Amino acid sequence: MGLPNGTARSAGRRTSRALGDTLFHIGSGTAAVGLLALLALISVILVLWAEASILAFGPEFLWRNLWDPRTEIFGALPFVYGTLVTSALALLFGVPISLGIAIFLSELSPTWLRVPLTFVVELLAAVPSVVYGLWAIFVLVPVMRRDVEPAIQGLLGWLPLFQGTPIGVDKFTAGVILAVMIIPTISAVSREAFLAVPQSQREAALSLGATRWETTRTAVLTYARSGIFGAVILGLGRAVGETMAVTMTIGNRNVITTSLFDQGQTIASWIANNFSEAGPLEQSALIELGLVLLALTLLINVLAHLLVRRVFRVAEGRP
Amino acid sequence: MRAPKETKESSTEAMGDLRPARSRRGLWIGVGAAVVVIAILSYGVMSGWFGASTSPPVSLVGAGATFPYPLIEKWSSVYHNLTGVQVNYQAIGSGGGIQQITAKTVDFGASDAPLKPSERAAAPNLLHIPETIGSVTFVYNLPGIGTGLNLTGPVIAAIFLGNIIRWNDANITVLNPGATLPNQAITVVHRSDGSGTTFVWTDYLSKVSPAWAAGPGTGKSVNWPVGIGQQGNSGVAGFIQQSPYAAGYVELAYVLLQSMTVAKIQNQAGNFILPSLESTAAAAAAAAPVLPNGERDWGNVSITDAPGADSYPVASFSYLLVYRELNVIVGMTLSTAQALVAFLWWVVHDGQSYSASLVYVSLPSSVVTINERSIGLITYNGQVLRT
Repeated sequence: MGLPNGTARSAGRRTSRALGDTLFHIGSGTAAVGLLALLALISVILVLWAEASILAFGPEFLWRNLWDPRTEIFGALPFVYGTLVTSALALLFGVPISLGIAIFLSELSPTWLRVPLTFVVELLAAVPSVVYGLWAIFVLVPVMRRDVEPAIQGLLGWLPLFQGTPIGVDKFTAGVILAVMIIPTISAVSREAFLAVPQSQREAALSLGATRWETTRTAVLTYARSGIFGAVILGLGRAVGETMAVTMTIGNRNVITTSLFDQGQTIASWIANNFSEAGPLEQSALIELGLVLLALTLLINVLAHLLVRRVFRVAEGRP
Repeated sequence: MRAPKETKESSTEAMGDLRPARSRRGLWIGVGAAVVVIAILSYGVMSGWFGASTSPPVSLVGAGATFPYPLIEKWSSVYHNLTGVQVNYQAIGSGGGIQQITAKTVDFGASDAPLKPSERAAAPNLLHIPETIGSVTFVYNLPGIGTGLNLTGPVIAAIFLGNIIRWNDANITVLNPGATLPNQAITVVHRSDGSGTTFVWTDYLSKVSPAWAAGPGTGKSVNWPVGIGQQGNSGVAGFIQQSPYAAGYVELAYVLLQSMTVAKIQNQAGNFILPSLESTAAAAAAAAPVLPNGERDWGNVSITDAPGADSYPVASFSYLLVYRELNVIVGMTLSTAQALVAFLWWVVHDGQSYSASLVYVSLPSSVVTINERSIGLITYNGQVLRT
């Protein structure tokens, strides 16, 4: 602003642009490496804080089916089980619906509908989870108890998955509310992935005589698979780490049962519920539970990567 | 060969664009800065930065139980108007309160349960000052049946142990000859989060049922044999109100404010007592003669299953925890110590009059006497603060 001379200014700009590039490079690089350091730090701190529990219970912590503050014996199994079951249910219900929404939005929807629908989907992705939890308590739970669960029991009551008296708060309802919560995330992100598919891909498929569905399947879904995978992992992350909505719907019982109509508990919900009033050893055990959650998420991520890679390799006819 | 030319063009373009853009940005920065400065100044004016506030206001910091939070908030605002002393209370839970006062980072702690021996060992010379009384009630949702179902401690324990599973169980019907109890399963509801309410409830169940004492036992959270968990008193109350044939336990305030149907519980004297402010105060008064002094071990103090014809059997003190020698607190000064003692004195006397309107039970005079003695023990650098 203060420089009267145009050429001097432009020369100054050029160096500052180079300097800016360097600074940006350093800044973004630091941020990226910092992310790794953050993960390492979190793990280290968790291990340090969980030390008392790790020393007291050893590896048995992982498969012990008991959490008793009175005798101070703690185990992670019921919570790991509940986390896996509800997250799996959420993906089972959520992923097909999300992909349906994303396909409609990017491939099929008329233009006048596309904009408002996209807006709503993205809006839903930003709704805080406690709002979903409240909605679940006042709307979803009564509907599940009165209509949905008895109906399922009428059809499939002979399956061990649907035993017991349905009271509306159980693993099934928690799975449904988690599905509702991850649908906006997965559909918004996978829609972006579909939009990034070059138009020439679709045109090529159409020109070969493919139907609309065949085009979507061969050209769009295949091309966008890594985007879809990323979207599903984001959704899974939300499902695995959710506390409020799960606490409000799962019934909070530390048991392992086959029936989805029985209550359960997840790792995140249990930690959030009990941390503030826990004694020293229990607190340490809760932190170890957090460590288990971190490891579990990492494990799921890696397994999912491997699975997806394998599936697509088979689909593409490569060995 | 094209590339450099393009860069040059675009950079000239950018330069042409840049000047107005830059000055516009400067304008916006200026406006933004002005807004921020005005906001800060007006906030300062409102909060009296430029007034004649020569001595900084004394502020007391406390942390702990959520149960007395509304009452302490009320005290805080009334006391601020009276004396100018700020009382900042953080409702982080009893466990957190004990941790904070043990770490000496707050001026006072608050807990719904007395200190356990291990906690007492970690924070010696901590005084127990009961500041209010709460009670825990058995609430239920039975269509067609109103408030006042008769229950005994052993029957309630059997329900929570999963030994009585239907409403028309002979053990319940025999206590309620007039009522037609449905042949429906009892949905037992308990807290999913650790809580003082659970501590009081399980303390009572342990006293009246050997099976409960040997099994889940007493604690802020226990290993529940049956039932579903809901978060907070509001979660339990809300779930029961929505679910026919459900039953659980909540604080008295939820019964009185949300008009839930609630059971009468048989006390030691054999009477079936409806929970109320009066019957809870009666329990505290009946227990008062055997209370220890504030500096002693309160670990075994419990006013559940209290004697007395009108005592409601599931009641409990909530405690403020204060060091007997205040110089151990980080950053404590004489004026803060004096303010703390004055506040405590006010709380156990005038402060009690705010209890009833907020559905808390005020302390009986016998307990106030014990507290007066305890507050009299508090010193700063060895100097007694209340004379």
